Amino acid sequence: MHRKNVVIVVAVLAALGLLWMVGCGGGETTTTTAAPTTETTAVATTDTTAPAGPSGDPILIGAVVSATGPASPLGEPERAVLAMMETQINDAGGVLGRPVQIIIEDDQSNPKEAVTATQKLIQQDKVVALIGCTTSGATLAIKPITAEAGIPQLAMAASNAITDEPPMDWIWRTPQKDALAAARALKYVAETLGVTKIAVLHDENAFGASGAAEIAKSAPGLGLEIVATESYKTDDTDVTAQLTKIKGANPEALIVWGTNPGPAVAAKNLKQLGMEIPYIGSHGIANKAFIDLAGDAAEGVVFPAGKLLAVESITDPAQKAVVSQFVAAFEAATGGKPNTFAGHAFDALALLVNAINTAQSTDAAAIQSALNATTGFPGTGGIFNYSSTDHDGLSVDDMIMIKIEGGAWVWAK
Amino acid sequence: MSFDQFLQYIVSGITNGSIYALTALGFTLIYNATDIINFAQGEFVMLGGLTAVSLHRLGLPLPVAFCGAVLIVMLVGIIFELLAIRPLLKASVLAQIIVTIGASLAFRTFAMIFWGRDSLPLPAFSGETPIKIFGARMTPQSLWVMGLTLVIVVALQLFYRRTLAGKAVRACSVNPEAARLMGISYSRVVLISFAVSAAISAAGGVLITPSSFMGYGSGAMIGLKGFAAAILGGLGSPIGAVLGGLALGVLESLAVGVVSAGYKDAVAFLILLAVLFVRPQGLMGQRPVEKV
Amino acid sequence: MNGGRLLTFARRHSAFAMFAVVALGAPIFLNNAYYLSVLAFTATRLMISLGLNLLMGQAGQISLGHAAFVGIGAYGSAIMTTRWHMDPWLAMALAACIAAFAAVIIGIPTLKLKGHYLALATLGVGEIVFILLVQTKSLTNGTDGLTGIPALAVGGLRFTQYNPRAFHLLVWGVALVMLLISLNLSDSRVGRSLKGLHRSEVAARSLGVDTAFHKVQIFVVSAVFASIAGSFYAYYVQYISPDSFTLTFSVLLVTGVVIGGLGSVWGAVWGTLLVALLPEYLRQYDDYTNLVFGILVIVIMIFLPTGMIGVPALLGKWRRGISGGGRPSSGAAMTEGTGTADGGTV
Repeated sequence: MHRKNVVIVVAVLAALGLLWMVGCGGGETTTTTAAPTTETTAVATTDTTAPAGPSGDPILIGAVVSATGPASPLGEPERAVLAMMETQINDAGGVLGRPVQIIIEDDQSNPKEAVTATQKLIQQDKVVALIGCTTSGATLAIKPITAEAGIPQLAMAASNAITDEPPMDWIWRTPQKDALAAARALKYVAETLGVTKIAVLHDENAFGASGAAEIAKSAPGLGLEIVATESYKTDDTDVTAQLTKIKGANPEALIVWGTNPGPAVAAKNLKQLGMEIPYIGSHGIANKAFIDLAGDAAEGVVFPAGKLLAVESITDPAQKAVVSQFVAAFEAATGGKPNTFAGHAFDALALLVNAINTAQSTDAAAIQSALNATTGFPGTGGIFNYSSTDHDGLSVDDMIMIKIEGGAWVWAK
Repeated sequence: MSFDQFLQYIVSGITNGSIYALTALGFTLIYNATDIINFAQGEFVMLGGLTAVSLHRLGLPLPVAFCGAVLIVMLVGIIFELLAIRPLLKASVLAQIIVTIGASLAFRTFAMIFWGRDSLPLPAFSGETPIKIFGARMTPQSLWVMGLTLVIVVALQLFYRRTLAGKAVRACSVNPEAARLMGISYSRVVLISFAVSAAISAAGGVLITPSSFMGYGSGAMIGLKGFAAAILGGLGSPIGAVLGGLALGVLESLAVGVVSAGYKDAVAFLILLAVLFVRPQGLMGQRPVEKV
Repeated sequence: MNGGRLLTFARRHSAFAMFAVVALGAPIFLNNAYYLSVLAFTATRLMISLGLNLLMGQAGQISLGHAAFVGIGAYGSAIMTTRWHMDPWLAMALAACIAAFAAVIIGIPTLKLKGHYLALATLGVGEIVFILLVQTKSLTNGTDGLTGIPALAVGGLRFTQYNPRAFHLLVWGVALVMLLISLNLSDSRVGRSLKGLHRSEVAARSLGVDTAFHKVQIFVVSAVFASIAGSFYAYYVQYISPDSFTLTFSVLLVTGVVIGGLGSVWGAVWGTLLVALLPEYLRQYDDYTNLVFGILVIVIMIFLPTGMIGVPALLGKWRRGISGGGRPSSGAAMTEGTGTADGGTV
């Protein structure tokens, strides 16, 4: 019996060791671009088809996105965009004459997986910079790792803590901070709608909770009173109970903060209960999916978004050019229109490439300085102005209010 | 809390409770034949809804999409039983349960790859004009769900109590060996149970998609609540499953009103635990007789 | 005679000794922070699985909410170190005490339930704890999570992700201690009474064994193991959020223990290694990872219904060329698992 165990132990450990070495044989991994909707090159080798193509050692950039799990509706467009841009960049001659290789890892919407993925990217793949993550939780989990390793990290998540809490030297973000989106929405409620009593319904996940906290913080300053706050779980099938409770407090407007499908369910339920108050959403519903889901109930819904959604609202010609080109490329590659999350990924990579080009180097410290010196950079989210103290780059003016009319997005001035 | 609000909580609770009840019925069917808790039950609901979405997108009218989805998922249930459950029928219940866990993961990932990450809608079956019940409002879609639940529970009750086949199934759950000796084909009973259970869940899934949408991950929570409802009502009793489902739905709804939405599941579970401590076999379950 | 006893002792623990040597020696060959980070998480998973195995395999109970105790350990340590600036070691110990206390409170009423009812009750407990973690924002920071958790340290030596070898030795050292405890418990008086409990609670009670007490006792041990694992997790990642302590995690833990082989301590080890390492290996399949994993789980259970510890028996069967038959009959399989675990280092 005991000898049998010894043999088993040896055998299993040997098998594991063998499997490990074969499966994860050191060096490059196979999880490069795998955008499901693009048929373009999925293998990023050092060769391209262009005659005067980039040559030399590839510049390795890591990316950690939530391609699976609850945050995947946000992470999947990000992954698609990174894959698309990798091809574009390489076709245009690469960066510093060298091809770019983006190694994309999936964190499964779980901070723990993000940690493992980041370790792999930094230690095994030896990336020069990292784009990640989709969710605030994962971003916060890996922030100390990139900071310790001195690798620049571009985050695509909105939580304030990302740039408000140390370590802050090695992380920049591309989405509007939670605070900005909330401020824009509240500004609309207070000034354009002119009401004073509002109710808040938010998703219990990090996105919704963070937004609700920001709203609570900023509302009094704009003369708004929050008469009711309720929450729902991301996959709750019905929020009539929450809305019934809110109804009892007689709010004049309802702010719903979350990502699909919750806000769409809320819109339908609001109509079902006959509550005829204005519905103000978050930038989480800045996508076609919300309109498809909510149908008629989406009419009249207003939400803050980057100018990506209403290109006509962009006044800066450079930004207009960038955004139009992005929308066209995205449509060509995937057949659909990009949403804000796709935009965050685009901006992240664009800023990074710009920094590398400016610094004429892939040295981490050089990239860091270049990023901090980036000003007036047109992106899909707005005009980015970083500095050594401001790693957020955007301001309230980069957001506009969009209204849904006739099933389409209209700029609500 | 005003009376109108209270009424709305009840109405909403019954609406949600119906889908929990339908899922609980699915659990009950399989449990009655095999002692297994099918962790993939929620996924049958999800597959039903998403299959209907695809069929509808292909241009099929809603009723056809409904039937098609139910049939397809029933087929999936049958194949699943043949491939994954049948080989283990003589093994431990725990092994079978782990298999359903693996299946749940596989189904979910398949759905993610096939239908994408977003939730998808279906048009409402009979419009969206809310029905007013005194001060509360309900969608016509909810009536469909409640109607289906009622039809199925009555059918199941009659089946188990009044038909020979139903009694055969119950015999299988009590003592498979003896049932086999009596000429009942145990494996056929299990197969049929899985098929019907999958069909019921799929039907429920199609009916809730118009109002709640369906995504690859939607099955997880529905499965969980369905399981809780089945336990609350007493495993093995169809009426118990429905009672448990409705009770759970109403409890949650009232918890939102009385406590807060964030704690509604906690309150529901606490009450469920309290019920189990007083009545360990659930509301309508049989007091287990332990053979010594 | 003494030499004989020494030899028996060495032989009994030879499997353990070999495993320990390999586990502790791994950093020499795998000097890569990524591999070591995977192994670090595996060690914490092993701690939890050993506790779960004692509960499920030996005592015949089930817990679908064990993530709750991991969460108590993680959050307890995190809160005590970040908000009250306690020493990390002390915080870990205190968190374990809280987990033990919680296990007593929860265990006494819950462990009276049986089978699927117990499964749901533990699931409910797990959900309630998760909800508390999300909602009590003033304490836990809700979904934003807690950052800046300090690392464990002894003198100047810090056990962190950035000093992976040191952390590896520490966390695997503790896991191995727990493994040794589990192996010895299996064979001791407590272990035997647990097994008696599993086979027939009524018989055990009729023999004067206080079954309720024993069940709670083992529940507490499993909770403490889980809590310590949670604390290590918190000190390693230095950031925690409720996302890591979900029902999915609890179910995965149970899956690992059952796949390994219920009732066998080594089974828990193999099962954990499989469930922790396989997904890393499957990473290359991108979206299909979980599909492959799910199917593999099904396939493994079909061919090895008693878990991975059934491999020797299966190989033996093939070697002897016995056709068909040989599958464990209904009901007996549950106890078959414990049948092979009749003492020794199994």
